[in-house]
Amino acid sequence: MLVAQDLAAQRGDALLFQGLDFALRPGTALFVTGPNGSGKTTLLRIVAALTHALRGKLTWDGSEIEPFAPAMRSAALFIGHAPALKEELSAEENLASLVSLHGASADSAALADALAAWSLTRQRSLPARVLSQGQRRRIGLARLRLLSRPLWVLDEPLTALDAAGIDTLRGTLGEHLARGGMALIATHHAFEATAGTSHSLRLQ
Amino acid sequence: MNEATLQAPLADDSAWSGVAWALARDTKLALRSKAELGVQLLFYVVVVTLFPLGVGPEPGTLRTLGPGVLWVAALLASLLALPRLFAADFADGTLEQIALAPYPLPALVAGKILAHWLATGAPLVVLSPLLAMQFGLDGEETTILAVSLLMGTPTLSLLGAIAAALTLGVRTGGALLALLVLPLYVPILIFGAGAVEATRAGLAPGGELSILAAALLAALVGAPLACATAVRIALD
Amino acid sequence: MSTGSIPWFKYASPASFFPLAGKLAPWFAVPAALLAAAGLYLGLVVAPTDAQQGDAYRIIFLHVPAAWMSMFIYVVMAFWSAIALSFKARLSGMMAQALAPTGALFTFIALWTGSLWGRPAWGTYWAWDARMTSELILLFLYFGYLALRGAIADARRADRAGAVLVLVGVVNIPIIYFSVKWWNTLHQGATVSLTAAPKMAAIMLSAMLIMTIAAWLYAIAITLVRVRAIILEREGKSGWAGELAGAVQ
Repeated sequence: MLVAQDLAAQRGDALLFQGLDFALRPGTALFVTGPNGSGKTTLLRIVAALTHALRGKLTWDGSEIEPFAPAMRSAALFIGHAPALKEELSAEENLASLVSLHGASADSAALADALAAWSLTRQRSLPARVLSQGQRRRIGLARLRLLSRPLWVLDEPLTALDAAGIDTLRGTLGEHLARGGMALIATHHAFEATAGTSHSLRLQ
Repeated sequence: MNEATLQAPLADDSAWSGVAWALARDTKLALRSKAELGVQLLFYVVVVTLFPLGVGPEPGTLRTLGPGVLWVAALLASLLALPRLFAADFADGTLEQIALAPYPLPALVAGKILAHWLATGAPLVVLSPLLAMQFGLDGEETTILAVSLLMGTPTLSLLGAIAAALTLGVRTGGALLALLVLPLYVPILIFGAGAVEATRAGLAPGGELSILAAALLAALVGAPLACATAVRIALD
Repeated sequence: MSTGSIPWFKYASPASFFPLAGKLAPWFAVPAALLAAAGLYLGLVVAPTDAQQGDAYRIIFLHVPAAWMSMFIYVVMAFWSAIALSFKARLSGMMAQALAPTGALFTFIALWTGSLWGRPAWGTYWAWDARMTSELILLFLYFGYLALRGAIADARRADRAGAVLVLVGVVNIPIIYFSVKWWNTLHQGATVSLTAAPKMAAIMLSAMLIMTIAAWLYAIAITLVRVRAIILEREGKSGWAGELAGAVQ
């Protein structure tokens, strides 16, 4: 369970938000909405343990989260704005690389399945350089199925996705929540997962 | 539903696996951008060639300058290659993922630096005997030159990596990187070129080479740690 | 931390250190000025003319204290940098930031006075001797630190990046000095170091010591003043600084 108490964050000199409290329980997704610059990305990066908060306490399973703490690194799966793909590698190679980076192994059957679920079968051997934004986003999201982590931290996952992609995400998220997983998602438009409870948090 | 069903299967987080992952990936990426690496090697050749054009082709002068020039050019070529160590990963979001991986970040960084040296430093070592000919170095001097570069260029990559990580995302990147790292390069330059000069004077370069070896060991231990810290600071 | 134990922690926040620094600065500045006057009087007027170097040697009363301080300040910066990285104290980062310009200044003075001394002593403004060359590299290290800080917009990130740089630098300085010294003996044979001062009469030693202490006190005073400016600049948005700015206006 993820608990935030009196969280405050700043970027440079600007105070983004303060006094933020929330709790994320198993089976729940928390959608963080708000205008650009309101601190959604910063909040997600704090939860993913990439950066530290200005004030307040953030705990995971009772222990406080420090930036780059090993506990958080193995509990959270962070997918940021940028899809984290290498231009020179193919879709399949990129996916394999990201999966093995996080300590899991995936054979070609599993990779093929994951890519198929996101309608990328035809693109699997193409270098990422020639793929569209939407296709790149989907490759990045494909690892959601291959890595099992309790907490998903997704920053604007809907970007560049078409209707089919959004549906696949809703399904994948639903399965994750049904298994007792949690998700913290920054988005401009909240969307319904196919299972689990959703809450929303608006940053000004 | 409890979270136990969702915990990642005991994720591999050993240091050596981390080094292996980074080494494998970065080498694969380097092999796919051979043109870029070729340019850096060409830079080494061009810089070395500029010196005779600047000081005149008199063999005596060139022999005196040889070791120093070959070493300084290697230094500059190494410097030129440094930004590519982290810049691409930083820009496409991969560096964040690397920092969040279960493997120890110093291990991942060490793997990247090793791959980087194999792609940009080792070719300098291989090329140096050819260029040593231009400066009239004899067989023994050339051998020691290659050995000193072999022992020195990894240290240049290790120290340079720290500066590369510190200057990530900073606008004046390249020039600032040079300013930060060149003072640290001075001892390697002195002992590297010094080893060749000692050989020329008929002395065994054991002392200089030992110091280069010690510097390499110290850098192998310290640089990945400092570099990992710098990467985290850049991602903060 | 209970206020009864170590009083330091009370002053670890920029807000409480600000007035303290203001009160302390004059207590260092005035003695610095007095000692500098005394030291210069001793060095320039009282100390005897040297048999070999005439009156030109007197520049060591500026050169040596400046050289010592240039090194010492870098080490102090390393100390504050280590603290900045280990604890999250903003003030330690600010202290390192405040020290750097003074350190660079002393390094520059050491180089300049050393060069001026070189002219009458060696016939050349720059002789590539070990100490001067190391001093030059130290100047590059200071410039690198200032440039890195200047290039990073976020003050906290600049603190920490600068801290890593200084710590890497401080470890390398002995290595650099050793290698330059080795290089120097290799190429110039057994040369007398430029900073080999004339056989020290007691009065010369006292003058140099007094000037060094004066330089040290000056460095503390100016750093306290500078850190106040840095505190205001960086804490500018928070309440207490805003009130202060309002009061000052």
